Amino acid sequence: MVGIVKHGGYVPRYRLDRRKIYGAMGWMDPSTGANARGEKAVANFDEDSITIGVAAGLDCLRGMDRSKVEGLYFASTTMPYKERLNAGILTAALGLRDEVRSADFSGGLKAGTTALLAALEGVQSGGARNIMVSAADCRLGRPASAEEMIFGDAAAAFVLGGEDVIAEYKGSYSITYDFGDHYRGEFAKFDRKWEDRWIRDLGYEKFVPLAVNGLLSKYGLKISDFTTVIYDCHYAAARSKLNKILGIAPDNVQSNFQAEIGQSGAAQSLVMLSAALERAKPGDKLLVVSFGSGCDALFFEVTEQIDMKKDCCGISGCLAKRADLDSYEKYLVWRDILPADLGMRSEEDLWTRWSALWRSRREVLGLWGNRCTKCSTPQFPAQRVCTNPACGAVDEYEDYLFSDKKGRIMSYTGDMLAASYNPPAIYGAVAFDGGGKYYFDFTDCILEDLGTGMPVGLSFRRKYFDKRRGISGYFWKAVPVKEVE
Amino acid sequence: MATGIRDKVAIIGMGCTRFGERWDCSAEDLMVEAFVECLADAGIEKKEIQAAYLGTHFDEVNVGKAALSLAITLKLPFLPVTRVDNYCATATEAFRAAVYSVAAGAYDIVLALGVEKLKDTGYGGLPGGAGRGVKAFMEQANMTAPGMFAQLATAYSAKWGVPMDKIKDAIAHVSMKSHANGALNPRAHLRNVVTEEQIKKSPMIAYPLGLFDCCGVSDGSAAAIVTTPEIARSLKPNQSMVKVKALQIVCSSGEEEMYTEWDGAHFATTRIAASRAYSEAGIEDPRQELSMTEVHDCFSITEMVTMEDLHISPKGGAYEDIMSGFYDLKGEVPCQIDGGLKCFGHPIGASGLRMIYAVYEQLLDRVPEERKVRNPRLGLTHNLGGYPWKNVAAISIIGRD
Repeated sequence: MVGIVKHGGYVPRYRLDRRKIYGAMGWMDPSTGANARGEKAVANFDEDSITIGVAAGLDCLRGMDRSKVEGLYFASTTMPYKERLNAGILTAALGLRDEVRSADFSGGLKAGTTALLAALEGVQSGGARNIMVSAADCRLGRPASAEEMIFGDAAAAFVLGGEDVIAEYKGSYSITYDFGDHYRGEFAKFDRKWEDRWIRDLGYEKFVPLAVNGLLSKYGLKISDFTTVIYDCHYAAARSKLNKILGIAPDNVQSNFQAEIGQSGAAQSLVMLSAALERAKPGDKLLVVSFGSGCDALFFEVTEQIDMKKDCCGISGCLAKRADLDSYEKYLVWRDILPADLGMRSEEDLWTRWSALWRSRREVLGLWGNRCTKCSTPQFPAQRVCTNPACGAVDEYEDYLFSDKKGRIMSYTGDMLAASYNPPAIYGAVAFDGGGKYYFDFTDCILEDLGTGMPVGLSFRRKYFDKRRGISGYFWKAVPVKEVE
Repeated sequence: MATGIRDKVAIIGMGCTRFGERWDCSAEDLMVEAFVECLADAGIEKKEIQAAYLGTHFDEVNVGKAALSLAITLKLPFLPVTRVDNYCATATEAFRAAVYSVAAGAYDIVLALGVEKLKDTGYGGLPGGAGRGVKAFMEQANMTAPGMFAQLATAYSAKWGVPMDKIKDAIAHVSMKSHANGALNPRAHLRNVVTEEQIKKSPMIAYPLGLFDCCGVSDGSAAAIVTTPEIARSLKPNQSMVKVKALQIVCSSGEEEMYTEWDGAHFATTRIAASRAYSEAGIEDPRQELSMTEVHDCFSITEMVTMEDLHISPKGGAYEDIMSGFYDLKGEVPCQIDGGLKCFGHPIGASGLRMIYAVYEQLLDRVPEERKVRNPRLGLTHNLGGYPWKNVAAISIIGRD
């Protein structure tokens, strides 16, 4: 039996009330008021599709031996790198072995389900025992556009395998069209689109039924056989119409979280699938349909295993851990839309020394340190000469992963002098439970939240952005545990 | 068996520029200014100098690397000249190198000169990433100097149960005192008298440190010429001799940074350097025996913690000493007698020699009455370079015989 073994999700902490956007930009196009309801999830200034893809991946891997993962597919249309495998960064950050197959799936917004299918078929063919898929997107609508309100940032991740499956993969049906509804050219930062009516009336209302009916007829099923139908369409009126056209009972349609997250691009259908799995019961049949340059329709049946694996924080857990993004202008600065002055320190040259990063890749991307095998002292960064003054053993150590450890705040500050997209820059000393210590940036918190002794976890974040060379650098930051657990 | 440096070397001349925003001066101009005063004070001719050490840190806005700039600027006649750099302990390192050269018998008369031209950085504080190495910007938190040292306050509060408002009171007194002392000193960078209330209300730089908790970022240079006590006596028969009593440098081993037991509320290096320096100088009770101190008050909280690490205030007890005026100019052990880094200023590569200069002029009774300490016999200077959790601590003790 091949299918979903585990799943996880991630929604960034910050949510922007769409009325704030309308209040700032509605004067340019009052018609965007139609979308000015609910809130959209906004990646923090130090998050991008890679980091939120890692966060979903870590959520998915909870309770699982990560060394068993044999492949990683990353799906996103907002990958920070055009050349340099984005999935390779995720692989290292997730602490996977080097001996994994990895690939980026991009372009069409159905890249998430296409990656899922590639992974499922890879396992089915016997090429790998399991493959992980992470889908994440942080798409940008131009200020004053409807898309600025509609889009939201989110990620979901799955492990697909042949053992202990919680949802069996039963089959799929795909269509592909070169349909230029939304598009971004080589150097475009913002989404562009053709007319909404065309996208809605021809795109969603034609392609989604084609995919659904194609799958139903291929496998001799009726829509009523499905406990939950998951399809990606942000137009509220079109969803009502499609439910009628397809004959989906209102209780059986999965929410697209438009009011809570927004349209999350290549991650959208996987985010919805992960949320559906959170409340699925054995025997449930799930139909997942993506949309974007065509459609993929996938059919799963939930197994008895589902009740044993409810260990992810998941989409619902993330939705509960929200914080208001208090200003629209802050969002603009975080996304580098509004060129704010961060001070001269922000102009210091950030020359990435790629050979040095290569040597330190496990340390920087994976937060691997080591532990002295003589005195058991964990240390970060890894040391060849043991840092315990009473030991001092040389070259007697084993690898030790810090990214999955908790720690406590020993000291902290909020620094107004440091160049930051979200001043004050908050950082301090974290002493890890079990030993080891490091000075980390803190994120997803405010200074007033903090105190010495407070527990923290680690989160993979963008450490710097070198605008001159278009380089994103990544490392781990500390997050107060009450915010991540 | 090593016997230490005590009484083996004497200072025969010192010079120190006015510190501050010296927009009209290059680093080379500052070197000349300090050197001219130093050479005149020593009463020798330049050709009698046999070796020299240059201390400077930020080469980007200074004089570049190596020590050629000193040799060429001063036209030192084909001497052995060496550049030293050890963060904020740089000038004390230059002094130590000169003193050790004389003690070793390698040379009779040696120059140590420190210089830093910080006001060409364009920053109101120190540059962010400078001097931290390739891996630092890949991993290290987005730290600036005030944020690194501000953490002493949160850790100190947790360690000793001293609430933050009491810490704010104590460090405000520290800064108030430095401003009061700096105001008396014509060569100091910041010369305004401020109240504790003004200090506590100043804009936050790095919690809980406000603007007035941070030292001046200055241009400046200081220099010393050292020799043997015998030569010093022959050159200056009618003057008290200022001798080096102790020189200690202690570098972190990584223990504070990576090993879990360090509390973040003290400087392990300063504690050890102080103990070694007292032992070298023959001091049994620093609280009774020291006439004055110049410590590395890059931030007011640093000074507060340092007074404990120098074994002058009891551990966890600096608050009482500070608030009682123990370290005030007319107190028992005056600290920052010239205004300190806080107000005299902090050109990285010159600071250690500037501190020694401040003690030196007190020992030779060269200061006006209003800023004179009582019965100056023995003074301690202290530098701290780096981070609270990985640093180099430098202590010198000089005394009048």
